[in-house]
Parts: sequence; structure tokens; C-alpha cells
Amino acid sequence: MSLRRIWRKVVNGAMLSLTGVCALIAVSVLFLILGYLVWHGGRSVNWSFFTELQKPVGETGGGMANAIVGSAKLLLLASLIGVPIGFLGGVYLAEFGGRTFPFIVRYTTDLLNGVPSIVIGIFVYSLIVLRTRHFSTLAGSVALGLMMIPITLRSSEEFLRLVPRSLREGAMALGASKWKTILTVVIPAAYRGILTAVLLALARVAGETAPLLFTAFSNRFWSSGWNQPTASLPVMIFTYAIAPYEDWHRQAWAAGLVLLALVLATNLVARLVLMRPGSLPRS
Amino acid sequence: MASASRAIRGPGLSGDPRAFLRRLQSGDEIAHLTTLLFGASVLFITGLLVYELWVNSALARHKFGWAFLWTRVWDPIFENFGALPFLYGTLITSAVALIIAVPLGLGAAIFLAELAPPWLSDSLTFVIDLLAAVPSVIYGLLAIFTIVPLLREYGEPFLRRTLGFLPLFQGPAFGVGFLAAGLVLSIMIVPFIISVSREVLLAVPTDQREAALALGATRWEATWKVVVPFARAGILASIFLALARALGETMAVTMVIGNNPQISASLFAPGYSIAAVIANEFTEATGDLYLHALIELGLVLFLLTFVLNGLARLLILLTAERGAALE
Repeated sequence: MSLRRIWRKVVNGAMLSLTGVCALIAVSVLFLILGYLVWHGGRSVNWSFFTELQKPVGETGGGMANAIVGSAKLLLLASLIGVPIGFLGGVYLAEFGGRTFPFIVRYTTDLLNGVPSIVIGIFVYSLIVLRTRHFSTLAGSVALGLMMIPITLRSSEEFLRLVPRSLREGAMALGASKWKTILTVVIPAAYRGILTAVLLALARVAGETAPLLFTAFSNRFWSSGWNQPTASLPVMIFTYAIAPYEDWHRQAWAAGLVLLALVLATNLVARLVLMRPGSLPRS
Repeated sequence: MASASRAIRGPGLSGDPRAFLRRLQSGDEIAHLTTLLFGASVLFITGLLVYELWVNSALARHKFGWAFLWTRVWDPIFENFGALPFLYGTLITSAVALIIAVPLGLGAAIFLAELAPPWLSDSLTFVIDLLAAVPSVIYGLLAIFTIVPLLREYGEPFLRRTLGFLPLFQGPAFGVGFLAAGLVLSIMIVPFIISVSREVLLAVPTDQREAALALGATRWEATWKVVVPFARAGILASIFLALARALGETMAVTMVIGNNPQISASLFAPGYSIAAVIANEFTEATGDLYLHALIELGLVLFLLTFVLNGLARLLILLTAERGAALE
């Protein structure tokens, strides 16, 4: 065997194992994150974390009940804004699309999806907060809802496109009009996929902090209605993590664990339960 | 696909008026127009976003003009604002992130697409998709309490001992700073590079690999000299997407960059990024000029990411067309 040949074999083996090492590093990061959060957060989560309000600076204990409820309210209203717009836009792209205009819509949606979340925050600030002159749950929800639109839109489109053409043709051959075909055949066939799309969009915005900083702001107390500033889990993690108090760090870990558990659980449900093989009809 | 769906759709809006009336009666045109309205709302939102950013940065744009981009001063008290320290921080942290994340992500993508058996590749990709879903504030939380102390105690002193002759690795080790922010960013963008690059590599036709192997190339040579060049536009697109994300990333960077508007050659020094200064100072901005300067920073950030994302999407479209043409 010539020296050159040996050299090539060595390079081959070395580089291929190096790619394996890269994959191993990338994957192990998740387990490091999970392990570290469970270790730190697990010791800090207790019952009062879920039921009590924050204590004033200097007193230990207390919880983030208002932030948990605040996050839930924000996400509820955000889905009411983001899901219908995104879903119907997805129906348009998948079912009615022509050539140029849908292309523009699709391209703009992808670009909107790439807009940094802090810029969405500025946008909603100047759109709502500057006009109403105060931070509110409503403004925070609009920011999160805007972020949900492009995600829901593009993935609804993908899932609607997966429905086999034969189903549509069958319905139309029976005399159904197009909208009736979409409503009674295509959407029911794709509903698992659409549910997945909605859940993934929710999981994505549930952890968003930047757009909430100057829309929903934060609140030490319960926020009633939709017109007051409200606390939320991600913003609380941020405030508590950069504060100089030991007990606040402990609570930031607890909040981090709760938030990550919610986000990952939603992802797992969406990806494993809803998207299991065979969940979509095959042609 | 396109031709078949057109066949179902029938003639467009401009068809025979009687046919249009019939479709209106059956509700098809109403459904079409309703969904079109929702689809078009995306254009409306994007337009409104640009408009709001433009109008609400007017004061700063008029006062500072283009010089805003290369002025080094950021002085809220005397209302003198320049974006340079923040631009520098954003670019330098993103560069550090790319230098670490691109080789790592590309290597992992090659492993997942070319070497790993399908069951392993699929399960690892699943884990990597989960990583992409971890909120950025969680990365920031972990970085404050792990990466920053580790860098201060071990990482930065080590770099100073070994590479200290470079100005990049000089000066006191604070822990927080450009290096910490770049490291967190790299961890955050690796999943994006991996999942997009893996898709692109998997889309390379098998006969390309087989031809290279048949000519006597080793597995690595076939991958590196044939498959990767074939997929380079898509890989470049994945890097652009990751870069756009790194530029706009807010929370994790804000928590570890040190929040000090200075330009420093050392990666150990605390700095500031565009997104971080907006996050920190927006609610404290007193005076309209201050607020408008911050919104102008947002506009700059928006344009940067918009162009990068636009280029990446174009690259993806072009590769998709090239792939279709080859088949």
C-alpha cells in the first residue's frame, strides 16, 4: 500500500469520526441543559412557587403565581389572534394559490418569521403602548400573536398540502363546491397536522421574553382584566436571574424548570403523539 | 402539483362572468376572497411594521443622519446618540458564534446525513429539534451561572496564557463580555445549522455519491469533495439563517454581554449589542429623542436581518429549482 493511500485512509477515518464527535457534542448540550436545570430547579420548586405572590426584596420565599397566570392569559389571547389569521392564510396558500401573489405572501411570511422578536416588541410598543399610554396584557398578547402568525401559516400550509389530491377530487366529483370540499374533507383530513402546527407555535412564543419587556411589562401583583401590565414567566426569569439576590436566583431556576418543562412537553406531545406515523392519510 | 391544482381550480377571476357568478353563488369566491384577505394580512403587518419603525425614529434620523451608524458616543444625558458600539458588539458576537457553530453544525449535519443509520439519525435530529425549541431566556439563565464563571476562572486565563499574544485575548477576565455572548449564541444557532444543512445534504442525489465512490474516492472524499460542494448553496443559506438569528438574539446576549457601550479589541471585555441595549434601556428612555434613537437601532437591526433572511430564502429557492431541473 502506497503511503498516499494510507494517508487517505487515515484522513477518512479521522474526519468521519470527527463528524460523529460534532453530533455528539451538539446532542449532549440538551442533556446538560436538562440535567443542570432539573438539578438546580428541582430543589427550588415548591408548593408556594405555584400559589404565592412575590415577596418584597429581602424576604425569602414567595412564588410566581401571578406570572404563571399572566403567561397563560397572554398565550390564550395570542392564540386567539395568531391562530385564525395564520390558519386561514395557510388555507389560502395551500388551496387557492395562483402564481405571483401567493409567492409574495409566502416569501413575506418567511421574512416576517425571521424578524427578531425584540423588533416585534418595538413595533407593538409604538402601535399600542404609545397610543394607549400604558403597558397591558393586550399589547403583550398582540406581540406574541403576531409572532404566531407566520409559524402557524406556513406549517398549516405544509400540512394541508400533504392531504392527497384524490380526496379533493373525490369530493368534487360528488358535486361538492370547493369551499365545501376544503371545509368537510381537506381540513378534517389534516386536523392533526394543524393541531401540531398550533402547538409548536404556542411552544415557540411561550418562552419569548424580548417582545414582552415593553408591551406586557411586568407586575408584582395580580393583573386583572386585559388592560393592566402583567407578569409572565419568561420576563420573571430574566429579572430574577440578573438580580443580585441569592433567593431570587433560586426562584429563577424554579421558573426556568417550569417553563422548560412546559415548552418541551408541548413539543413532545406535538411531535410524538400527534405526528406519529399514519396520522396523515396516505394516497 | 401546480398543473393539477389549477385543473381543479378552473378558470381564474377573469373568466366568464356567468361562471364567476355561479362560483359566487356556491360560495367559492367568498371563501377565496376571505382566505386571500388573511393571507394578505401578512403583507399588511410587515408594511405596518416598517412604517411604525420609520415614523417613530424620525427625530433621531433627522438629527444624526447617516452619521448615526459610525458615531461612537452613546450619551443619554446630553442626548448624543451613535450606533457604532452596538453594531460592533452585535457583529463581533455573531462572528464568534459563527466561527464556533459552523464547523460544529456542519460536522454534525454530515454525520447525520451521510454516516448515521436512519434510526440514529432520526432520533438525534429529534433531540436537536428540541434544542431549537429551548427559550432563549433559559440559555441566558444557564449561561449566567455556568459559562460566565467558568470563563472567568478557567477559560479566559487559559486563552490569555496560550493565545495572549493576540489582542483578541488580552486584558482582565470578567467572565461577562463578547466571548461569553458569542459562546451562548453559538450554542443557540447550532441546531438551526444542523437541521437545515442535514435536509440539504439528504437532498443530494445518491448517484453523485455512488459516482465518486466508484471512482475510488474514500467515504470522506466523496462527502467533502462531491456532496458538500453540491449542497453548498443550501448550506450557505443555513448559515445566513443562523447569522440572522444570532444578530437579532436578545435575551441570552443581554444577560451575559456585560452591557457596556464600548468598542474593545479584546473578546474578554464587556460590550453591548443592538438588541441588548433596546431590551435594557427602552422602558427607561426619557425624552423623545432617546426613544427615537432606540427605535432607529431597532430599524437597523430589522434591515440587517431582513436582508440576510431574504438572501437565504432566495438561495433556498434557487437550490430547490436546480434540484428540480436535475431530476
